[in-house]
Amino acid sequence: MKAAVLVFPGSNREGDVAQAIELVTGRKPQMVWHGDGDFEKTDLIVLPGGFSYGDYLRCGAMAAQSPVMAEVKKRAAQGVPVLAICNGFQIAAEAGLVPGVLMRNEKLKFVCGDVHLKVETSQSLFTNRYQAGQVIKVPVAHAEGNYFADAETLKRLEDRGQVAFRYCAPDGTVDGSGNPNGSIENIAGVFNDAKTVMGLMPHPENAVEPLFGGCDGKALFEGLVEALS
Amino acid sequence: MTIAVEKNPPVKLPNEPQITPQVVAEHGLAPDEYERLLRIMGRDPTMVELGIFSAMWSEHCSYKSSKVWLRKLPTQAPWVIQGPGENAGVIDIGDGQAAIFKMESHNHPSYIEPYQGAATGVGGILRDVFTMGARPIANLNALRFGEPSHPKTRHLVSGVVAGIGGYGNCMGIPTVGGETNFHAAYNGNILVNAMTVGIAPTDRIFYAAAAGVGNPLVYVGSKTGRDGIHGASMASAEFDQDSESKRPTVQVGDPFTEKLLLEACLELMATDAIVAIQDMGAAGLTSSSFEMAAKGGLGVVVELDKVPMRETGMNPYELMLSESQERMLIVLKPGREELARRIFEKWELDFAVIGRLTDTERMVLSWHGDVVGNIPIPPLVTEAPVYERPWTLTELPAALDAAQVPAPKDWNASLLALMSCPDLASKAWIWHQYDHLIMGNTAIRPQDGDAAVVRVPGGHKGLAMTSDCTPRYVQAHPETGGRQAVAEAWRNITATGARPLAVTDNMNFGNPQKPEIMGQFAGAIVGMAEACKALDFPVVSGNVSLYNETEGKPILPTPTIGAVGVIDDIGKAVGSRLTQAGLAIVLVGETKGWLGQSLYLRELCGREEGAPPPVDLAVERRNGDFVRGQIAAGRVDACHDLSDGGLLAGLAEMCIAGGTGVTVKQPAGTAIPSHAFLYGEDQGRYVIACSSGDDVLAAARAAGVPAVLLGYSGGPSLVVDGLVSLPLSAIKQAHEDWLPSYMNATE
Repeated sequence: MKAAVLVFPGSNREGDVAQAIELVTGRKPQMVWHGDGDFEKTDLIVLPGGFSYGDYLRCGAMAAQSPVMAEVKKRAAQGVPVLAICNGFQIAAEAGLVPGVLMRNEKLKFVCGDVHLKVETSQSLFTNRYQAGQVIKVPVAHAEGNYFADAETLKRLEDRGQVAFRYCAPDGTVDGSGNPNGSIENIAGVFNDAKTVMGLMPHPENAVEPLFGGCDGKALFEGLVEALS
Repeated sequence: MTIAVEKNPPVKLPNEPQITPQVVAEHGLAPDEYERLLRIMGRDPTMVELGIFSAMWSEHCSYKSSKVWLRKLPTQAPWVIQGPGENAGVIDIGDGQAAIFKMESHNHPSYIEPYQGAATGVGGILRDVFTMGARPIANLNALRFGEPSHPKTRHLVSGVVAGIGGYGNCMGIPTVGGETNFHAAYNGNILVNAMTVGIAPTDRIFYAAAAGVGNPLVYVGSKTGRDGIHGASMASAEFDQDSESKRPTVQVGDPFTEKLLLEACLELMATDAIVAIQDMGAAGLTSSSFEMAAKGGLGVVVELDKVPMRETGMNPYELMLSESQERMLIVLKPGREELARRIFEKWELDFAVIGRLTDTERMVLSWHGDVVGNIPIPPLVTEAPVYERPWTLTELPAALDAAQVPAPKDWNASLLALMSCPDLASKAWIWHQYDHLIMGNTAIRPQDGDAAVVRVPGGHKGLAMTSDCTPRYVQAHPETGGRQAVAEAWRNITATGARPLAVTDNMNFGNPQKPEIMGQFAGAIVGMAEACKALDFPVVSGNVSLYNETEGKPILPTPTIGAVGVIDDIGKAVGSRLTQAGLAIVLVGETKGWLGQSLYLRELCGREEGAPPPVDLAVERRNGDFVRGQIAAGRVDACHDLSDGGLLAGLAEMCIAGGTGVTVKQPAGTAIPSHAFLYGEDQGRYVIACSSGDDVLAAARAAGVPAVLLGYSGGPSLVVDGLVSLPLSAIKQAHEDWLPSYMNATE
């Protein structure tokens, strides 16, 4: 699997996701600077976490207008898979690659720590190595991860199986106790209509080694490799 | 353009105020210090020159009251690459890698404007570390606030924590450890001490000493604005009722720009373009240009009109004294300007050649072709005031007999009260606002161990890091307190299995012109120096913050010790979480039941008295080396040093962190009253959880280290035979609820 990780001014988890990809594929992904309009053909595009443009406007709003995003949108429309994590999710939402928006956390504070996620479906490029209903532990680190979509969009997401992950308690119960940011319906990650783009707030790339937060995020990358190689 | 270097007085600018004794006083220069200035200059200074002397001779920049004492600290060891005097200390951690680290205070600004004060504190210490060529891999912070009931405390906690998080999170550097205390003595002066640890190849370390006459002096980063003018002078004075009006002297942080600056600097450092580099911190362009020239034994011409400016109408005085953040000064090799310019422009940062090095040993400032300042550099350094201020040592109070301290009437209630007191209560509300996981290298997270342990990128090594001080001990007897702060940092590193290597110290004290405060400083230094020597734990960097007083009321003397250690195989590091049943619980070290200055005495008896627990450094070392050896031998599942709250608090922390209970009892034959045994704060002690208690006890006997079996892990409760029986859920709730309830309460 050939992957490209986009780097915007203020990206800061591009190294983490590059490390996770290298761990799983044995090779370094291509790092693409935002100013470059074009980049090599790849099997996967990653929009990494961070604070692109300092989050000084609405999170992701500036990066979504970056030259390289026009190319990302074009390739996504052609079906090239896009994994958008945290600030990447915010950018993808701003760019219209995935439905919904990400608002300030309900408690108005940055939150970092492990959360539990319920895998909603194994029927996707990104989740094929998980079982539907499986509970995994991965960290979050964000101040604006409060997912929101209107009722109509939500219904469509639910009906079409476009919810990827939901925050839950360690035993899998989906209720307020496991929700770190107030996201509607505990939604932690969603797909686009074609399920070729996934946006999620948690950081699977920070859960790929037993000594450093566990391995529950590794299957996401392994699944991608299997599907895209 | 060539600027003539001459001794004639520089031109005065239009509207330049007259220098009167009042103007001199407003610049924080004492009359005799101004006399000294006149002697050096041989004429009246211009305003910009006066401003430069004022900044360079401020306590903050010159260490004039502390210098004579700081020299007593040991700074050498075979693994020390760079000791105090540079932007940060550098130690060799093997495999061609160096750890670069320092702790620095941002106390005064954080009290006036908590969010920006704390944020720029983090920004400043990060720059100190990446200026030397290191990529920062971890941040820590030590915070002291006033008593929770004080009307400002909640606001200050909220702002400081948000500011630290706001800066560090955006920079993408994990904040992995620290400490937070509350005490009435900090009501008018909080302490915000921030530490950064970075990694660089040992052969790619950058220093501040300028070299090469004619080499270009380059300014990069943010533009210069009017923020933070006189910040260094503010940080060198006591607060009074008008301190709030000093808000304009606080700088405003822009972590996004600093992130770009970090990446741009590291990119430039990968080339061979840099001769010297220095960040613009306190006293901005003044201290950075001055220090670079002074260290290189050179002169410098600075064309101030070339400095990128944020506002129109700025004058040389403002440009030299602004503390605008996210700026660096670089001496480049000749001909490398374009290479460097391309890198900074790629990162959308300002880049300007603002001067060049000369051989005159003078700092010449020009403004649109006119010389506006012309100062000889060496005398400003060599003839800087140094004070051996009068000092009175604090006498050692009489030791408190445990018999004079009542036992708790209700043991369960006493433990819950202690675990929920502000100093011991969980600080999860704080560190969950810090990204402590970014970079994917955090092996031991906050609250999971005595020190944070972070992987050194690209290998299997780990760095253990911690920050420690027990101000109530230092207040009671500075020498003992200084010794204890170093010993505790060493112990915390040891408890993870790492080898303690070196220290950065952040000395926070009151007004040094009071003999008793200077005595606290002197005493603490003597204690620290002894401990650093005995434990082979040199001081490689540090910072002094004096005048932490408001209306004559000083803070508790607080020499914060930041420390770093290394563990060769990070897989062998242990935390303090008790996660398994059936483990033997072994107490290492001797318990005499020392209750003087203990948390039990303060929180449950309402008394702050007696002598603090003595630290026997030979015993400390022996016990620590033993514990580290047992961890290396793979015999230890969890380890926790004993400090605040003694044995019982330590056990409770291990239990709730790992979700496993214990059943223990005081060993037979100890004549110590139970409350002294369980709550005493004797030093040099650890609790070890291990699958083979017999092996550890036998090894301890062989090593001559006191060790006893207390009981075993297991069950849902913490049980001390006949005294305490509490479900972990109750302890956890008491421990975790205090801070969020306090912060969420509305007044």
